Amino acid sequence: MTARTVLTIAGLTLREASRRRVLYALAGLTIALLTLSAWGFSRLAAESGFATLTSGQARLVASQLLNLVMFGMSLIAALGTAFLAGPTLAGEVESGISLAVLARPVRRSAVLFGKWLGLVVFGSGYVMIAGLAQCLVVRLTVDYWPPDPAAALALLAGQTIVLLTLGLLLSTVISPMASGVVAVGLFGATWVAGVVGGIGEALGNDGVARVGTISRILLPTDGLWRGAMHGFQDVSAFSQLGPERAAFPFISAAPLTFAYLTWAAVWVAMVWGLAALTFLRRDL
Amino acid sequence: MAAAPDLTSEVRAAARLVADLPPAPAVWASGLRKRYGRRPAVDGVSLHVDRGEVMGLLGPNGAGKTTVIKMLLGLVRPDAGEVMLLGRTAGDPLARARVGYLPELFRYQPWLTAAEVLALHVRLSGARIPVQEQRACLEMVGLADRADDRVGSFSKGMQQRLGLAVALVARPEFVVLDEPTSALDPLGRVDVRDLVLSLKDRGVSVLLNSHLIGEVERVCDRVVILDQGRVAASGTLAELLGQREVRMHLTGVTPAAEARLATAGDVERSGDWFTVDLPAEDDDTVPDLVRDLTALWVRVHAVEPGRISLEERLLGILRAGNEETE
Repeated sequence: MTARTVLTIAGLTLREASRRRVLYALAGLTIALLTLSAWGFSRLAAESGFATLTSGQARLVASQLLNLVMFGMSLIAALGTAFLAGPTLAGEVESGISLAVLARPVRRSAVLFGKWLGLVVFGSGYVMIAGLAQCLVVRLTVDYWPPDPAAALALLAGQTIVLLTLGLLLSTVISPMASGVVAVGLFGATWVAGVVGGIGEALGNDGVARVGTISRILLPTDGLWRGAMHGFQDVSAFSQLGPERAAFPFISAAPLTFAYLTWAAVWVAMVWGLAALTFLRRDL
Repeated sequence: MAAAPDLTSEVRAAARLVADLPPAPAVWASGLRKRYGRRPAVDGVSLHVDRGEVMGLLGPNGAGKTTVIKMLLGLVRPDAGEVMLLGRTAGDPLARARVGYLPELFRYQPWLTAAEVLALHVRLSGARIPVQEQRACLEMVGLADRADDRVGSFSKGMQQRLGLAVALVARPEFVVLDEPTSALDPLGRVDVRDLVLSLKDRGVSVLLNSHLIGEVERVCDRVVILDQGRVAASGTLAELLGQREVRMHLTGVTPAAEARLATAGDVERSGDWFTVDLPAEDDDTVPDLVRDLTALWVRVHAVEPGRISLEERLLGILRAGNEETE
């Protein structure tokens, strides 16, 4: 019974995403980004003396630019999923749609899990397809292929999952629009904190560096993003830079540790559990 | 080894005993309480709906009717009290497997078609309902030709009709209708009345919350009146409206005739019209009275049987309740 409910609600969430034009909006934004980046990369190869660079320098520039464009992509995914996660739960409770659904023989946790699963498939699917398309664009224009695209895209999908789980938790306690705004705001704040932390590292200031570390633990989006960047960038080219490399916002100093990945998974489980607990206790 | 046959026969006897028990009520609730902040919304409500019975829930705005319904269906957590739904505790989701519900706030996924909404609810209910039966359900509420249109394009009345179809599609044994005619035109209201009566004929229990007292009076076997979160009165219509009266247009009334009228019950006079309260169901009182009055040379122009309407009774109960609290 529970598995059927989960799959039914997950399917319904995917159908909602496809019919509510979120998919079209995402597709439009992604195509615009891909086209712009294809044009930018091709101009870079043709005009800026890209050919005069050493192969290492060229790879370094391509890595950074790829990371920059991927950041745009992750921002689109973050906005899309956060604004989809909010209305899908809080909006249905507010409008009364959930009254008829939850009066059926279903567990609220199964409904919540179904919603989450649908959003995970949607968000991860988008990141994978759009990210792969971006890698292909870079390959075709400047002949650069990231060293570990699969892991990088998986981490980017992980970042999306973290954010949509947060959006789901927020939507059980605050209004649909507010939950989307707060989730995206926290995502942005964590990224800024990560950049500040990087500058701290470059300057050797432990206090400032700690800002990034703590924010990455509180909300793992930035940590996972840095892991993803590491998979997109060329390691050999990167080693040419000195300790100041930590200050570059679109270069990642080190791959993610297993402990951090485990923490991200635990974080998602904890936040999901909290969302389920709040939703279970909520009067409709 | 010798004890085995005895055990089997004991189990069989117990099974027979259980099988012979009458089915559990459609819903049974005891001592339901709910506070929102400092304000008690529901304060010790107990009620039950028997199998095949249509029960009306009446009361003024804010009496706690919708909160009670939501507590019965597990949508609102009661602060205290117990609920059994079709023989299971309301906390068990399976208790709602054969329950149909039309909420007061009826909204369905606007991006789905009417037929898809029904299919979704059939799937969630766990029932196996053929597509033809689902279509027939839409036809029953007058939406057959809109089955493949998105719900987002529906008027409020059409959404309420869809809500009725959703409540009835999974072959429910108990249907809860919370203000089912609030968005319907007079024709739609008659349709709902006929629908409730057909459910009653099929032995389906119905809990009907409606502001339209006439609607409740026509279809309900029993009524519970809520006021300020409490049960102000409950009973069958005969029990609640038991007080009958007879209005008579009489001339030539002598003191002896007046005395005879008074023996039948309390009398109110308005010109030549006399209204006599008849306290109990008694078929002989009125013919005997007419016979005796004509014997006393009273001219009887008209005899009209009367009954207190549910509306009058409801208003009487609510006013009495308000006076008590003041």
